[in-house]
Amino acid sequence: MSILGTRVVRTEDPLLLTVGGTYVDDLRVPELAGAARVTFVRSPVAHALITGIDVAAAREAPGVVAVLTVADIDDLPPPPPAPEGEPPPGSEAAPLPMGGPWAEPLLAVDRVRFVGEPVAMVLTDDTYAGEDAAELVSVDYEPLPAVVDLDAAVGGETLLFPAAGTNVAVTAGGPADGSAFDGCDVVVERTIVNQRLAPVSMEGRATAASWADGKLTVWVSTQNAQISRFIFAGAFGLDPAAIRVVAPDVGGAFGAKIGADRDAILVAWAAKHTGRAVRWVETRSENLVGMTHGRAQRQHIKIGGTRDGRILAYRNEVIQDTGAYPRMSGFLPFLTGLMASGPYDIGHVETANRVVVTNTTPISAYRGAGRPEATAAVERAVDLFAAEIGMDPAEVRRINLVPPDKFPYSSGGGAVYDSGEYVKALDQVLTAAGYEELRAEQARRRERGDPLQLGIGLASYVEITAADAAGGETAKVMVHDDGTATVYTGSSAHGQGHHTAWAMLVQGELGIPMERVTVLHGDTDLVPLGTGTYASRSLQLGGTAVHLAAVDVKEQARAVAADLLEASAPDLELDTERGVWQVRGDPASSRTWAEVAAHAGPDGLAADANFTDGQPTFPFGTHLAVVELDTETGKVALIRHVTVDDAGTVLNPLLAEGQRHGGIAQGAAQALLEEMVYDADGNPVTGTLVDYAIVTAAELPSFELLSSETPATSNPLGAKGIGEAGTIGATPAVQNAVVDAVSHLGIRHLDMPATPARVWAAINEATARTATREGQ
Amino acid sequence: MNVTVTVNGSQVEAEVPDRTLLVHFLRDVAGLTATNIGCDTSSCGACTVLLDGRSVKSCTMLAAQADGRSVVTLEGLADGDGELHAVQRAFRAEHGLQCGFCTPGMVMAAVSLLSENPDPSEAEVRTALEGNLCRCTGYHNIVRAVLAAAGERGGR
Ligand code: FES
Ligand code: FES
Repeated sequence: MSILGTRVVRTEDPLLLTVGGTYVDDLRVPELAGAARVTFVRSPVAHALITGIDVAAAREAPGVVAVLTVADIDDLPPPPPAPEGEPPPGSEAAPLPMGGPWAEPLLAVDRVRFVGEPVAMVLTDDTYAGEDAAELVSVDYEPLPAVVDLDAAVGGETLLFPAAGTNVAVTAGGPADGSAFDGCDVVVERTIVNQRLAPVSMEGRATAASWADGKLTVWVSTQNAQISRFIFAGAFGLDPAAIRVVAPDVGGAFGAKIGADRDAILVAWAAKHTGRAVRWVETRSENLVGMTHGRAQRQHIKIGGTRDGRILAYRNEVIQDTGAYPRMSGFLPFLTGLMASGPYDIGHVETANRVVVTNTTPISAYRGAGRPEATAAVERAVDLFAAEIGMDPAEVRRINLVPPDKFPYSSGGGAVYDSGEYVKALDQVLTAAGYEELRAEQARRRERGDPLQLGIGLASYVEITAADAAGGETAKVMVHDDGTATVYTGSSAHGQGHHTAWAMLVQGELGIPMERVTVLHGDTDLVPLGTGTYASRSLQLGGTAVHLAAVDVKEQARAVAADLLEASAPDLELDTERGVWQVRGDPASSRTWAEVAAHAGPDGLAADANFTDGQPTFPFGTHLAVVELDTETGKVALIRHVTVDDAGTVLNPLLAEGQRHGGIAQGAAQALLEEMVYDADGNPVTGTLVDYAIVTAAELPSFELLSSETPATSNPLGAKGIGEAGTIGATPAVQNAVVDAVSHLGIRHLDMPATPARVWAAINEATARTATREGQ
Repeated sequence: MNVTVTVNGSQVEAEVPDRTLLVHFLRDVAGLTATNIGCDTSSCGACTVLLDGRSVKSCTMLAAQADGRSVVTLEGLADGDGELHAVQRAFRAEHGLQCGFCTPGMVMAAVSLLSENPDPSEAEVRTALEGNLCRCTGYHNIVRAVLAAAGERGGR
């Protein structure tokens, strides 16, 4: 039986479970012996002019190696010219600043634009000394009004980038004339908020670097070693060949470690500038303001249709808060627009967006990057529509989901969905959850005025994975004369289980047991070309590349084995169970991989592959959440979560389920708990893990995962991406469940997160409304 | 000041600054880097180790406070022959880890839980692990792993 599709435990785990991973802070390589610690001096104010920096006292402090400010950056080429016009559509490229008038400096020059912006760097012999010395750097700030509110940002009374003449960095789509909604019996519209989140990878950002003999080596906690190398090469004016980037073990990333950001560039620069090896590992409080945030959209949704449940028109108008610098968030709303109409067959779909800068931490990708925002909007809209026409939300979904005979389907948002069984996914979830019985239980609790009300929330979704499929991914497979194999992959792991998955692919194709397969990634000396991991692209692109390289090696081996066995190549077969070559039907003739590889000559058995796909893939599914809401306290508990997440053919269900679990938890956390909050002056209110409510085990149930596999048509593995399905489906399902729990009180919407205070206030207001009405 | 701690059965003695945290003593003096640092507010549990058999967050105490006491980190959990602890085995079998960053602390917290409550319910596991954050797994398989380890040890 093939190993493909089976529940294989991970090859990564034995080390992680006995000596732990080797993250940047754990590296004990000789190049980093005696590395200086980097401590950043960061702006404590949201918006100010810098009128002076005095580093004299800090330079004199014990243990200080160097104190660096923008004045020391005199050895770098000018930044590359800005790309003109709007950001490139359809891809999540590296989070390079948009440049031009919006250019993001490395260290603040004469102005700071968010709390946490790097202003100076202190290099010390040890960590504790760094904290002390950083406090001695004296920076004079002349405060400017902080722009936090989105309307104030659009209004432009205070500009973050005076040269730009506006705070609006991108505008796409025009205003509505409303004609799309002609012919609708019912139209509902509302402004909703998809709040700002902090990614909180458990390992924060970390970078170490050494400069020796004209070669820069950078160890960085990143999703993309190769992209990082090009970022460093550009920043330093170095030949990429003079740079080695290593991504050691990475303790979670979730989109916030795509490429290398200004802090990482600065750390690498400090090594080159001072000649001393350096290491920077951020603190959590630093991470919560320094690592990019995600989401942060305000959406105006409008939905219309017929009284019998047919949705005819939908509009989503987005204001994207991009934070202080428009990095990737410049085009996150493009993805939101592309996926606006979700899995529904809607005749008229309109999208528009504006991207505005504010005096807050920059926004970039966070697990889903624009698609959870699209799904949350349309799933709220569908429920608002269902409530307005008095129809069960499951029924409205069933009526409007794209039917299977319409694929490939050109969506109103402008995407071409490849394949799907949307109604089937919905029905599978409804049946497994016992939807009818849940509704009956809900009715009973409402009937008896139970303080613990039940809410049932649905979200059907389709998402886009490997949006930049044409960017492709690289792989190299080698079989050695001891019968082992090595895989070099451009894809990059930070917990997903690439090593296990890629070894499974090799065993499946070549019959070399996966224990004998070594997978190498994330080192540009070993794998100079590659893209890395984001947009749920790994298996479908990187995995396919491994598969194709293995197929190539197999064909090379066939010729070698034919020579060895003095038979003709077509007469040979590979027994993948035993991992041997033989003349068809003659097991006695068998030759091992070691024998074949040894016979292969000086070049051995090796093949490169670069798989580019003609199109992205579109995973889909349905999530159903059940919450218990205490009407007396406003407290909400997620008690069940049932999902179908169809990501095509599954290579390893254990890994795929793990991806779903993690995403569901983060999605539920957005709906119920998490929000990065700023006060009116741009000070972060949730800047530590005490205040930022990351979800714990105690707040979640076990999840009920159903399986469904509708193969992708564009890659030989049939794979679609699974990494982001959880946040995309779970967030609106849980939010809809919360609203559903109080819908009998006349509540139609609650923004996220559904904190007890917010829920309680809404219930109070609704009850007061009813009382007033009854009193009249 | 001079601090002597028995770490995974071996005595580690060093002259360290007074303010040295136990977690830095373990990582930088004892050279055991499995124990991670995930926050600066004692919120995440990534630094959890056993101190005289009970779990503590090693970022919340000074090395000096561990002077003369005994610490077990992830590196010391398997027995002398390298036979993995039931919790380690269960984390692998149930896919209770992804990036692995929370794992050393999570495993030590689970070991401590099972020594105090050998046969916990799912709810008890979830409550006991409330101080250990994981951003990757959604806790689902961690909880399963702890329950499986309890089962394997026959509620002992
Ligand atoms: S490092 Fe977070 S609790 Fe110790
Ligand atoms: S496995 Fe990554 S934080 Fe838990």
